[in-house]
Amino acid sequence: MAAPYRKMAVAPRVVVQNDSFDVGEEISRLLQTSEQTGGIGSFVGVVRGGDGLVALSLEHYPGMCEQVITGLACEAIGRFKLSGCTVIHRVGRLLVAEPIVLILAAAPHRADALEATRFLIDRLKTGAPFWKSEEFADGRRCWIESRAEDEDAASGW
Amino acid sequence: MPHIELEYFAQLGDVAGRRAETRETVAGTAAALYDELRKDYGFALPSERMRVAVNAVFRPWDQELHDGDHVVFIPPVSGG
Repeated sequence: MAAPYRKMAVAPRVVVQNDSFDVGEEISRLLQTSEQTGGIGSFVGVVRGGDGLVALSLEHYPGMCEQVITGLACEAIGRFKLSGCTVIHRVGRLLVAEPIVLILAAAPHRADALEATRFLIDRLKTGAPFWKSEEFADGRRCWIESRAEDEDAASGW
Repeated sequence: MPHIELEYFAQLGDVAGRRAETRETVAGTAAALYDELRKDYGFALPSERMRVAVNAVFRPWDQELHDGDHVVFIPPVSGG
């Protein structure tokens, strides 16, 4: 009798870094390290320009931030039966149109991959200790607070 | 008196003018410590708008503090 197929425990890849990320490389890596993936949901958050915004400066609470994201990723893996998951979040000074965050959720089926992607970005926005300050062309700087619609999106899960 | 390790992020770091300190305090809870800091530094945000992490885990405001605890008061976050 053949040995029963034993699924690898799925461990998320969570990184907080200054540098940018390569989406293609991250997708390849996720495919190489996951089993039975049928699709990958992806989200890339970007510094949105407008109203004279020049850059965002992102700060995080090192250690706790990674722990919180890992906790969210593990919740997503269990809840949406993911075969793999990657969350990369940048910190430091980021100019308009630079990428901030990458979420990849791999699953055997697309519905889970897409839902998990949305779950992760919604919950990450209001749950992980990141802070953004806006820097404007006229020299003004101010800290952003999460918007009511973000809170609603997070609590919807 | 117990010594508490504090770290300040975002607007709290700007207002306090420092990123970290070790503080001797009689404040027995996270809430009492935040009140003390608001008096000393003039933090504008009320505790209702904040969260607190003790030893890198979110905790309730009535969390008791012990010598050597690492405490971070968390202003409204905005990731992603």
